[in-house]
Amino acid sequence: MNLAQRGVALLAGLLFGAGLLLSGMTQPSKVTGFLDVAGSWDPALALVMVGAIGTFALAFLVARRWPTPVYADAFSWPTLRDVELRLVGGSAVFGVGWGLSGYCPGPALVSIGAGSTGAAWFTGGMLAGMAIYAWRYRGERAAENDERPQD
Amino acid sequence: MDTLFAPLLGGILVGLAASVLLLGIGRIAGVSGVVGELLRPGRDADSGWRMAFLVGLVLPGLVGAALWPSAVGAPDASPATLVAAGLLVGFGTRLANGCTSGHGVCGIGRGSPRSLVATVTFIFVGGLTVLVVRHGLAR
Repeated sequence: MNLAQRGVALLAGLLFGAGLLLSGMTQPSKVTGFLDVAGSWDPALALVMVGAIGTFALAFLVARRWPTPVYADAFSWPTLRDVELRLVGGSAVFGVGWGLSGYCPGPALVSIGAGSTGAAWFTGGMLAGMAIYAWRYRGERAAENDERPQD
Repeated sequence: MDTLFAPLLGGILVGLAASVLLLGIGRIAGVSGVVGELLRPGRDADSGWRMAFLVGLVLPGLVGAALWPSAVGAPDASPATLVAAGLLVGFGTRLANGCTSGHGVCGIGRGSPRSLVATVTFIFVGGLTVLVVRHGLAR
């Protein structure tokens, strides 16, 4: 892992965090306002998704034509193709936590930088949940040797 | 106007961030994956870019809180609820191999059917959860 790769990742993280801040996604009320179809619906999250998906789709079209990324030997494309039970079940579990808090992982971490205690409680739970996953699925992961995608 | 323009521009920045990571080092900018893989043992060779990305992600919060305090809001939930929500988000996103960024932005952006199913599922269940908490059982 050389310095250029870390620099690219740092730049990407900075842009990502700035985008989440600007978009209002670091305000949990904007997220629950989007999810609350029975209340006064807030379309902000949909607009964030449209802007982000559209921009990334263009980069994806470019990437498909490139033999390699600029600073790495190969593209690390996700390898899973099947719509499995754990995909749907895991997303449903995530949805419950998202609806309860108004946080998903990105905005929670940006809010930690801003000193939010609420985000800190959430992130503590999130790291524990991820650690439980890592322990629960340690055998499978070791056998697969990281062939699952890094979505 | 600002209420529509800021989210769209912010979203474009997020998409740009994911584009930089993809075209720069060939990686998918999925926050749950970036964090979660750091918590798995034996992944040291891959941790450099993940740590750098996370440092970048946290810094705008630090600067933003100083320049523009209203940009970061407080959640409307008790600490116990927030910890429980965090547990569900942490475990669920790892089980599903992605969250709002990895599935919602990058996955849909590259036309993955898996990611579309995941995104529809967590938005639907998230909506159902808010419906129950705000308008249902709690009242």
